Parts: sequence; structure tokens; C-alpha cells
Amino acid sequence: MTLDDILANLFPAGHDVAAGPDRLILGTGRRRNGGTVQVIGIADGEPLGIAGVLPLAERVLRVIAAGDGAPILVMVDTCGQRMARRDEMLGLNEYLAHLAKCLRLASWHGYPTVGLNYGKAAAGAFLATALATDILVALPGAEPAVMDLPSMARVTKLPEDTLRALSRTTPVFAPGLAAMAEVGAVAEVWDPRQPLDAQFEATLANVPGHDVRDALGAARGGRRLTADLVRRVAAQATGGAHVAAS
Amino acid sequence: MTGMMIRNEATVASASWFLASARERLTGILDPGSFVEFLPPSERVRSPHLAQFDLPAAFDDGMIVGRGRLDGRDVLVAAQEGQFMGGTFAEVSGGKLLGLIRAAIADPDLPRSILLLLDSGGVRLQEANAGELAVAEVMRAIVEARSAGVAVVALVGGRAGAFGGAGLTAATCSRIAISEQGRLGVTGPEVIETNQGVEEFDSQDKALVWSVTGGRSRRLIGGADAYAEDTMTGFRAAALALLDSPPPFDLLTLQAEQERLAERHALFGACESAVEMWGILGIADPEAVRDMDDAAFVAIAAGVKGMDHDAR
Repeated sequence: MTLDDILANLFPAGHDVAAGPDRLILGTGRRRNGGTVQVIGIADGEPLGIAGVLPLAERVLRVIAAGDGAPILVMVDTCGQRMARRDEMLGLNEYLAHLAKCLRLASWHGYPTVGLNYGKAAAGAFLATALATDILVALPGAEPAVMDLPSMARVTKLPEDTLRALSRTTPVFAPGLAAMAEVGAVAEVWDPRQPLDAQFEATLANVPGHDVRDALGAARGGRRLTADLVRRVAAQATGGAHVAAS
Repeated sequence: MTGMMIRNEATVASASWFLASARERLTGILDPGSFVEFLPPSERVRSPHLAQFDLPAAFDDGMIVGRGRLDGRDVLVAAQEGQFMGGTFAEVSGGKLLGLIRAAIADPDLPRSILLLLDSGGVRLQEANAGELAVAEVMRAIVEARSAGVAVVALVGGRAGAFGGAGLTAATCSRIAISEQGRLGVTGPEVIETNQGVEEFDSQDKALVWSVTGGRSRRLIGGADAYAEDTMTGFRAAALALLDSPPPFDLLTLQAEQERLAERHALFGACESAVEMWGILGIADPEAVRDMDDAAFVAIAAGVKGMDHDAR
């Protein structure tokens, strides 16, 4: 589905959301109940650099300051953070973290945040946007990944075929939507044959009040250890030194 | 005997943070005998995923978490071992760190300070999805801890630096301390060179790499809040100075950060080099920043505006 198709389907009551020449998505959608949804995002696989972060974060801060409690939808199709010497020199890590913090602050102020991965999503740009929301959903065909297999083969110095074979048996590193859902990063995959507005409303009604991704990963079997490790560390921290975790 | 002990302690205190292991850093920064580890190596909590890549596992997975005292104050601590799998975020290492921060959120009787001794290239590719998600969970937990009144301080000065998810994690903390050798960023120079070409970033040019991601430049443009000498005492002093009065995590702080980052973009957006940025900051001889000693750097930095802020 194209961005325009998705938006028309999501907001049959109307919207003014569009991707600008910089491929940044900004706008407002109308819900059937008369309420609004603030939409930010990044389109067409564009990398997210410092120039892209500033308007997106500014919009989130304005929404919080306005105080109307409208949900925020973060639409993501990005190949990752911008890889440029200048962006690094100016402290891209601070810019990306700033956007993630703004989204977390919105949740803290009671604005439900929903991530929608409809294209690519990778690395630092993924952390700054979709992975900083309360709940992340995806459309079939989305390609979330930390790194593609050829690049991964280069960095790990393992043959690409070996990685491809391994990726069929373990979701822990395999690029793609199925693996990201199994580890608990993607909560739901929407059905494009059904109206998206109803699925968005259902997702909104299911926004968890705390981070459930470790529990989700354990339940789905793609990330079995995290939830248990969290519990064991907390037990030892709270119970003093070396209390056996039961 | 006594003289020898004093000499040993002095050696530890002046030992290089950059060259030390994660455990040596914890010993060097905390009050003697105060460190208690959670899920210590004796519990053999290791990655179940490395074997399929024919890689050895470690009984702490390169992440040490626990509590101790810093100049008498109770603190929670986490230290990454940069020499094991590049100090990377993975399922076990990430889960241990997440557990520590969530414990601080849930139990107000635990110390209200967390020190993160970062030394990490980012996400462990062999466990990429679990590692990426661990970073997202840790970032979320850090802001929730800050909202609950916990000061979270990142210390950056290890051989792996703080890149990728570790770079974002550092910038999510209340404060950051960095040394001259500390490097902080997102994409490492080698990866930029591989993807964009040597004309974009020559990763073999050490001076260039240092000027783009290194501790002095980060401190001068406000990307770090304290400059630490590359010793145990140096980082101990920096951590102590940063633990008091951390910026609150609220709308005013993030609005101020928005303004700070927008202003940096406006000021330096056209700069081709870090030396150009330092010149704009009013440093009379920016070329000299690289070769001066720590004391001279601190003296010069003291005159730079905008370096100290609560906008994080």
C-alpha cells in the first residue's frame, strides 16, 4: 500500500497528512468519533538525520503543550539513521535520542502513541521513532531490521548463506517482520483487506500502560530470557546480596 | 607494607580508564569493598545464541550489574565489557541492564542514582533483534527512572566508545561524562566509510575520527556534561559532580533541548570540520585543542558558552 492509500483508509473522515519534499510526514487525521490524531513520520525509505529530527520532535512537543490528549501516530518507512560525517559531528545520537524522549514524554503526559511500520525501519532511526511508541503495529510487507543480511555478513565476517540458513531457525537476529513480531517488538500486524480505521481504534484501545515487549517476546517464544532476567535482577537488587531467584 | 599498599592504591587510582576492564573500572570508581554484583558470573548467565556462530560465551555476557558506594553514597551500577563482543547490547546483557533500571523504578528504597559505564559498539548483530529491542526497552526505562527521581549518569571512555544504541542510550541519561579518548556517536567511522565511501569519512584518519566523535569535541558543543581525566579518579570525580541536581525529565527540559539542538544545527550546520566549530565557539586557537594537555583544555573550555546546560 502506498502512503496515500494507507492514509485514506486510516482516516475516511478526512486528513491533511502528507510527506513533504524532505520526506517527513506531518499532519492531522480525523477520527470517526470527531477526535483528531496527530501524525508524524518519515516516508520513502528516507534516512533520518539531524535536519529530519528537529521538525518531528518540535511537533510532538507542540502537541504536548497544547494539552488536548490526542493520540500520536508515528508512520515509519526509513532505511535508518543518516550516515554522514557532518551529522555525526553535530551529535546525531543526541538528536535521535531527543525524538525518542519527546515521544516517551507524550506518553507520560497521557497521549497514547502508536507506531506504524509500513515500509523499512532500521537501526538508530527505528529506535528514535517506532520503537519509542507505546505500541508498534505493522502492515504486511513491512521490512523492519537492524541490518540487512549482506551488511551483517560483512560486519560479522560470516558467509551470507550461513546467515540466511540460520535466520530460518532463529528470530533473534533475522531481519524481517515475522522475527520482529516474535521477539515482541511488533505487537500486531494489521490486515490490509479490512478497514484500517477500525484496526487503529482497536489498537488504541489496547495501548498497554507499561512496557510489555519482554513479556510478549517470552509468550511468543522469540525472546525467552529477557522477562526472566529482569525479574531475577530485581529480586537480587531488592532482596539484598545474592538472594537466590526462585 | 603500608607504603606498598598506598602505592598500589595510587596505581589503581591513576590507572587508565580507557585500558581497564569493566571490572577494573568498577573497582576503581567505587568505594573499596562496596561492590555487590547481581547475577554474578557464578550463576553462569550467558548468551544461548553465540554457539551457533561458533563464538564463545561469557558468564556475565559482558554486562556487570550491581550496587556499591561512591564516596559514601549508595549507587546502582552497570558496566559493559567492551572487550567481549564489543560490549554489545544483546538478549542477556540487555536484560540484565533493563532489570537493574526497572528495579530502581519499582523500589524507592534502592539507590536514587545509577551509573552506566558504557563501552559498546551498539547492538550485537548475532542477536540483532533482541539487542535492538533491549536498547529501546532500556531507553524507555531510563526516562521512567528519571521521572521517578533517579539520576542516571553515563560514563564514556572505553575502547569501544558508545556507538549505535549505546550512543542513543547515553543521550537519554540525565548526564554524560566523557574523557579525551571517549568516543560518542551513532554510526561508527568504518561503517560510514563502507556505506558512503572514503571521501565521506576516512576511518583511517585518526585525527579526523577523533575530532568528529571524540570527547573534547563532544564536551565543547554540549554533547557531554563533564570532561573526565582518563583515570579512575578522573571518572570518579566526574560522576560525583554530575549526580547532584540532574535535570528533571519534563516538558520544559525537552523544550530546552529542542532549542539547544536547533541552535547547534543553525550554528554549525555548514561546518566542514570540528576545528571550524571550535572557532565559531570563540576558541582563539582551535587547531591547538587537539594537542593541549587536559588542564589546558579544561581552562579553555571554561570560557565556552552553552557547554553547561540542563537541556537533556
